[in-house]
Amino acid sequence: METRTPGLVTATGIRRVFGEAVVLDGIDLAIGSGEVVALLGASGSGKSTLLRILAGLDQDASGKFTTSGSQAVVFQEHRLLPWKRVADNVALGVRGDAVKERVAAALEEVGLADRSRAWPAELSGGQSQRVAFARALVREPDLLLLDEPFGALDALTRLRMQALFGRLHAHHGFAALLVTHDVDEALLLADRLLVLDTGRIAEEIEVDLTRPRAVDAPGFGALRRKLLSLLHVPASPEETGF
Amino acid sequence: MRIRKIITPLALVAGWEGAAQAGVLSPDKLSPPSAVLAAAWRLSADGTLGLHLMESVQRALSGLLIGGVLALVLGAAAGLLRIGDDLIDPTVQAARMLPHLGLVPLLIIWVGIGESLKISLVALGAFFPIYLNTYAGIRDIDERLVEAARTCGLNTWERIRHVILPGATPSLFLGLRLAFASGWLSLVVSEQVNGQSGLGFMMMEARDFAQTDIVVLGLLVYALLGLVSDLALRTAERKVLSWRRGLRAS
Repeated sequence: METRTPGLVTATGIRRVFGEAVVLDGIDLAIGSGEVVALLGASGSGKSTLLRILAGLDQDASGKFTTSGSQAVVFQEHRLLPWKRVADNVALGVRGDAVKERVAAALEEVGLADRSRAWPAELSGGQSQRVAFARALVREPDLLLLDEPFGALDALTRLRMQALFGRLHAHHGFAALLVTHDVDEALLLADRLLVLDTGRIAEEIEVDLTRPRAVDAPGFGALRRKLLSLLHVPASPEETGF
Repeated sequence: MRIRKIITPLALVAGWEGAAQAGVLSPDKLSPPSAVLAAAWRLSADGTLGLHLMESVQRALSGLLIGGVLALVLGAAAGLLRIGDDLIDPTVQAARMLPHLGLVPLLIIWVGIGESLKISLVALGAFFPIYLNTYAGIRDIDERLVEAARTCGLNTWERIRHVILPGATPSLFLGLRLAFASGWLSLVVSEQVNGQSGLGFMMMEARDFAQTDIVVLGLLVYALLGLVSDLALRTAERKVLSWRRGLRAS
């Protein structure tokens, strides 16, 4: 666990073409150990494609990348197997000793210790996503790949899940690549932001806000406006042009 | 409400019995229910019914086993492998269009009129529903779940075992139930061809002596076999697919 290399992910010149459309046009990316990097971009900008390439789920990309250490993925949908109970879903593919205890500990961490015998169909959306986080955590990942993990949740559940993510990160110190379209979420959780536009990383921003962060902290608003303008979204009503 | 539903069948049986007692219905054409019951009692007591029943059940199970295993292997190969899909599926889909009961004359030429004919026909009847549902069950699995399993470090064999097999199970059960229905039908048809034993033989023999009570009894036993096998499969399905209970509730 403690022998992490400084560069968990190193990618250079990642390119992905779907037919005629160039989705990723030469992406360079590095993620250090323990670092949370948010990947922002408009819908269709290729953020999920980049994550899938790093997760080894897309074999048709060109370019070079290396990942070291263990990794786990959390998707937008929980993707739990409906025919396995919660604990068996978390334990899926986990090898080694004391699997049961590790699974129980992971479920405890996401606050679902009492639901280990439940079927996924009996859980709410937020609970299912927490199980998906437990399934990732139990693998003790050096790198967590998150593909809009809170995108399908209601606003209140999303806030709670963001807080949970902050706690888990503080405790485990994994590095994370967080694909999101939620500017506030990126600013709350990430150390560094990458803005993806027309297949390239258009901007890289270090977020030097002190933790724990809040949307009404000084400096938050300015960064938020800057990000929105990078994403071509008017930040205030005056700029809409009406 | 439940009582009202059984009024019509009871009335039909009573009318049938009444017509026979009144002499309107000749026992040469159709024996009354009481005579059928009596025949059931008589043939059970002397072991004839049990003997023929066992013969028929054995044939049905052998045919279902052979056809089922073959269908499972080919359906899995076509569902899991691209080359299997290309080599197997179009041919099977085309062969499915042949009415398999219409193959009796050809089968008689190929395998004769003995036991192999009966088992082959049941196997053919069982093959198509199981093949089709195995194939469809595998094809319909949510690709995203397979992907998630891959990110959890499951290799191909583990993905088949933990994701594809359980995911295809509801479809497999459907195929099995349809196969049993088709298997019984094939059995009934095949047992009318030169039987030496079995329920069909029992019925054909009774026809020669105009024993309509035994003919009707044979029909009832066939129906009962279908009912019992379907009930057993439904029970097994409920047990194996208990995870779906939550889905239905939500």
